Amino acid sequence: MNTRATHTGSLQSADRRSFVRGVGVLTGVIALGSPLAALLPSRAWAVELRVLSSAEAAALLAMIRTIAPHDTLDDAAYALVVNAIDGDAAGATESRNDLTAGIASLGDGFALMPEDARVEHLRHIESGAFFQSVRTKTLMVLYSNPIAWTHFGFEGESFSKGGYLLRGFNDLKWLPEVPLADSGAMPTG
Amino acid sequence: MPRFALNDKDVVVIVGSGAGGGTMANELTRRGLKVVLFEAGKRQSLATFSQNPGEAFGQLTWLEPRSQSGTWDPVRTSPTLPAWHCRTVGGTTVHWTGATPRLQPDEIRARSVYGDIPGASLADWPIDYAELKRWYQVAEKRLGVTRRNGNPGMPASNNFKVMYAGARRLGYKRVHTNYLAINSRARDGRGFCIQQGFCVQGCKTGAKWSTLYTEIPQAEASGRLDLRSECFVTRIEHDPAGRATGVVYRDAAGVEQRQHARIVCVAGNAIETARLLLLSESGRFKHGLANGSDQVGRNYCHHVLSFVIGIFDQPVSFWRGAVLAGVVEDENIHDPRRGFAGGYHLELAMLDLPTLPLIGLPYGWGRDFASVIDNYRNMAGMLVNGEDLPRAVNRITLSTTRKDPYGLPVAHIHCEPHANDLAMRAHATGQGQKIYEAVGAKRTVVSSVPPATHQMGTARMSHDPGQGVTNAYGRTHEVPNLFISDGSVQTTAGAANPTLTIVALVLRQAEHIGREAAAGRL
Repeated sequence: MNTRATHTGSLQSADRRSFVRGVGVLTGVIALGSPLAALLPSRAWAVELRVLSSAEAAALLAMIRTIAPHDTLDDAAYALVVNAIDGDAAGATESRNDLTAGIASLGDGFALMPEDARVEHLRHIESGAFFQSVRTKTLMVLYSNPIAWTHFGFEGESFSKGGYLLRGFNDLKWLPEVPLADSGAMPTG
Repeated sequence: MPRFALNDKDVVVIVGSGAGGGTMANELTRRGLKVVLFEAGKRQSLATFSQNPGEAFGQLTWLEPRSQSGTWDPVRTSPTLPAWHCRTVGGTTVHWTGATPRLQPDEIRARSVYGDIPGASLADWPIDYAELKRWYQVAEKRLGVTRRNGNPGMPASNNFKVMYAGARRLGYKRVHTNYLAINSRARDGRGFCIQQGFCVQGCKTGAKWSTLYTEIPQAEASGRLDLRSECFVTRIEHDPAGRATGVVYRDAAGVEQRQHARIVCVAGNAIETARLLLLSESGRFKHGLANGSDQVGRNYCHHVLSFVIGIFDQPVSFWRGAVLAGVVEDENIHDPRRGFAGGYHLELAMLDLPTLPLIGLPYGWGRDFASVIDNYRNMAGMLVNGEDLPRAVNRITLSTTRKDPYGLPVAHIHCEPHANDLAMRAHATGQGQKIYEAVGAKRTVVSSVPPATHQMGTARMSHDPGQGVTNAYGRTHEVPNLFISDGSVQTTAGAANPTLTIVALVLRQAEHIGREAAAGRL
């Protein structure tokens, strides 16, 4: 799969020791045998941060996991959202301050709270700008990369493989076929 | 490609290169007229289209902000994107799904057939159905619509097999793979659909009709088209007699320019068309160009839209295949016993990732929200597309809070759905859920109102200059050489996806312009 360079580009191999330049870092290890192994340069991954400390990034990651909880979806996918939010905030002082203030409002120990407590906390802030922006970014980034696509089954780009005409667009067998009068024959040329 | 002089008073200016503007450019150049076609966006091609949904969204979408108010869902659920249409050469025909149903006879006589519904500004169209039908037939041949004129229907996808089985079990009779401006066989120099599943990102094989690679290149081949992409028209100017004299625009470098014209056709999609008329206010036209009726921007319609998702025990893989290749037509009737006026289509639909969680689900977050997405493989989907009623209060105005990069107010959208719209939505989504339950869905999910993809009604046609902005040819009542050439002219919305109607009306309008110009009356 030729997606390494683009869509998972922000996940670096952890043995690249340059991340010390960042303010904070998020790291993780992909489970042995995970299909994600094919998408990443190594099993260990790291995200260098430009604005957030490691503790702030961990709190934000916990918030993102609470917004979109998929227990078996690897942290590497969630880390891409942290990376995107961190990168967005890096440009202007005001957005840096908004982001760090928003994370501070989650309170100490948010990342270690049980899920019920995190949900309760987020309910109180869900109409605010901080929550709204994190929610939107989560949906846009978390479900928009090959790690998530592999997890949920979406097969992504199809043009280079000739579409799905001969690759299962009509392979459903648990319901009857549609009469030709209400559909059409396969094109032959 | 020719470059006509800015002071050439003999050119026709067309604003917008989508279904309306792109087709008009071809029709007028074919008739020997010189055309300057303005498009705010960039030119893409089959090669530059991306099947990464996020990337394609950024490449094709009109992303300039809008402000909004009212009681419809997008105020809360989609504050920065109340409407989803394109800003690129080919306009929204690059991202459309190709669905080409006709309006029904009752729908263009809504005031007479539905009656005087309080809170709605229903009116009959100033066109006979026989006349509209004649132009539908021309348009269907032009676009190569499936299931018409001997063009075979699309083969049934997995997603359609689910819709079909459920709909038939409920007793629906008119269920098929839809009328689509997508080649089911090679024709018109373009190949057949290979079921990529990325209609919305721009069809990389060109099987789907788009003005980008049909009408516009044909117009270019005439030697009479001057296409100016990345040029944004900010104002239409007029002379003391009230005739349009040309347009002011920002070129690709952001520099203000002025193009003279003998005729101006506006096809900016109903939101931007209304905005441009309002931005063109002057001493003579104090409330916006051609707006003596105060109807410009009012009666904004966007259809009753909702996604219905069914989740099953077994895989569907609904992302594979042409997106809208299926329809249930039975409910596209006026039957007040259902509790509302007008009708709706149930159309097949799939949503890629990340579009499903962004617009295809009820607004939310947390376990319940995420658990729907966990079932992505086993999901079937459809889209309710129903007639919303025009209301004077539902309107496009100039924003008082937001400006574009040139300092001009952006479009403000105000929407308060009519009770009829809400009753229709409840009925239609209920029927959609029943279709899936009839074939064993273990769960069904109904979305919030997604961003509007069909924009209509903001410069509607009426014989009466006090009741509408244009006459039956889309020619504005007040400015004789100013035409509206997009969905803005629809007097009412009906339940049909608007592109076929836009093309049919533009083909008819082009014939009118050609005739009037040849007779020296334009």
